[in-house]
Amino acid sequence: MTINDILKETSSGLLSNKVRTGLTMLGIVIGIASVIAMLGIGNGATNSIQARIESIGANLVVISPGAPSTPGSQVRASRGSANTLTMADVAALESGITSAKAVAPSVTSRLQVVAGGMNTNTSIIGTTPAYTDIRDVKIDSGTFFSEDQVTQLARVAVLGPTTRDDLFGTGVDTIGQSIRINGNIFTVIGITVAKGGSGGNSTDDVVYIPITVAQQFFTGNQYVSSINISAQTSDLVTDVQNQATDILLARHNITDPTKADFSTMNQSDMLATASSITGTMTALLAAIAGISLLVGGIGIMNMMLTTVTERTREIGLRKAVGAKKRDIRVQFLTESVMLTAIGGIIGIIFGIGIAWVITLTGLLTAQVSVMSVILSFGVSAIIGIIFGYYPAARASDLNPIDALRYE
Amino acid sequence: MIECKNIKKTYINGEAETQALKGVTFTIKDGEFVAIMGPSGSGKSTLMHILGALDTPTGGQYFLDGEDVSKLTDDELADIRGNKIGFVFQSFNLLPRSEVIRNVILPLVYLKVPPEEREKRAKEALASAGLEENRWHHLSNQLSGGQIQRVAIARALVNDPSLIMADEPTGNLDTRTGEIVLKTFQDLNKKEGHTIILITHELDVAEHADRIIHIRDGLIVSDEINKNKRIVN
Ligand SMILES: Nc1ncnc2c1ncn2[C@@H]1O[C@H](COP(=O)(O)OP(=O)(O)O)[C@@H](O)[C@H]1O
Ligand SMILES: [Mg+2]
Repeated sequence: MTINDILKETSSGLLSNKVRTGLTMLGIVIGIASVIAMLGIGNGATNSIQARIESIGANLVVISPGAPSTPGSQVRASRGSANTLTMADVAALESGITSAKAVAPSVTSRLQVVAGGMNTNTSIIGTTPAYTDIRDVKIDSGTFFSEDQVTQLARVAVLGPTTRDDLFGTGVDTIGQSIRINGNIFTVIGITVAKGGSGGNSTDDVVYIPITVAQQFFTGNQYVSSINISAQTSDLVTDVQNQATDILLARHNITDPTKADFSTMNQSDMLATASSITGTMTALLAAIAGISLLVGGIGIMNMMLTTVTERTREIGLRKAVGAKKRDIRVQFLTESVMLTAIGGIIGIIFGIGIAWVITLTGLLTAQVSVMSVILSFGVSAIIGIIFGYYPAARASDLNPIDALRYE
Repeated sequence: MIECKNIKKTYINGEAETQALKGVTFTIKDGEFVAIMGPSGSGKSTLMHILGALDTPTGGQYFLDGEDVSKLTDDELADIRGNKIGFVFQSFNLLPRSEVIRNVILPLVYLKVPPEEREKRAKEALASAGLEENRWHHLSNQLSGGQIQRVAIARALVNDPSLIMADEPTGNLDTRTGEIVLKTFQDLNKKEGHTIILITHELDVAEHADRIIHIRDGLIVSDEINKNKRIVN
């Protein structure tokens, strides 16, 4: 049999029952489409999280309250929620670390903000002016608050552009206007430059207020939820981390560094943590999609077994006119591989379509990689071979006499 | 040339043993037209399966053109069928949904005949089998019973076999159409010298051959020249 013969036999076999072929193929289409879409979503999420982390700068060290993770463990119990870092720690770090450029504490809460008839739920960051330098926050109009305003507990606020748009409308001059955060009145003194970024975590949807005010009105204590330090150069990041650790261990009277009640992270730590989390998430999504692919494969096997039974007499006839076992096996195997390959191609197109639609909704940019396309096409062909092999072997083993007698 | 020496076939189904052939010996020379006749259950189909290399005997020897076919493997038997034998069955002769010409080409596909040559040979076979040319590209399920048997005959001819075997080829046809099919066999035998074995339970049909082998209960009861040969005009 030439390739051409095999393809002719196969296509006439598949076209003989179009509805059944279509439904069986649908299983593979759904499986492959979801694998492609899920991997695209996973990739997109990973890339956007990495871009966010990279955008905060290579020189940054963040100290959080709570015990650091033990090596190899991804679970950081209670980090960020423990109360172990104080303003006195911040002052000690400011004066103690020789290689630091700036130190800024922050407390973060998520609260309702009201202005006029509008309101929004957004993140409130209580901090000091050094924060703008460390996190590269730029002012578009007005000013950021000063050290004096921090010490004087001034009720002033700097809005991110998204928050400003939500509360006052796009492009309105809001300097001097009042907003209420949890019922407390603040005067808007500045608007930051838009940084971009999407979703509920945008750095543009934020309200900055003096840390002292945030502690008094919103957390009700003197603790801070993180300390941000920028190193003078990126080479000094580790040095900053070491110095900060030594100072805090001494201040907290801890001799064993493994029992520290705080943790320090730099950008590469954050990238590593984030990529392991997004990697797990992507694998999970792909695994769920993979299950539907498996179900599709079982559908193929089911259809091929039915086909072999239905075409018993045809197989007998082919054998009577000289077909060998191999000829029959190749014919039926090609049929199932063709089924999964075509289903795979349609699935890839659908998967790319789903990724595109998800990107259009603005939730996140789903990125379909060439690798995942090649991989899923390969997987669908392999599914055709695996799930088609048994039915094909059964067909080729039929005894021609029994097959010719079959009613 | 066919030589059967004491061919036996016993079917074993669990406890039950059926002796379908109990020792059959005969020779058929090239160019003969032989009918194998007997009542239902006498072992005709069993004999045809062995002669047609679809099955092997449980005893005795079968030589086809001098080659012992009794103990070959499945794939070796498939080779013999492809090269030396053409079949016409009582029913389900053709692949449904396939064109007539494609059905006739089928044995050549498995024989690895080059694609350019296949169509030419298929058309020659269809012409020999007497199917009208305007039917050659019809689907096989658009044909009448008589036309189907002619396509089946063409397919049996296309590999230029040593032996054409027909198992009750007129069993599903009315008498007139049956006569036409039988005439086709006679023509192929007389004009083109093909060896033909016709299996039937009807004397009327058997009398179209030159020689009739009667079997009953797995044994040959007579093997003689047919003196009342029916010639179809
Ligand atoms: N596969 C089989 N298994 C068991 N018995 C069989 C099988 N095929 C045929 N037989 C038996 O062998 C005998 C001869 O059958 P068969 O050759 O089909 O006869 P015929 O074609 O003359 O009607 C019958 O008794 C039949 O029941
Ligand atoms: Mg029979």
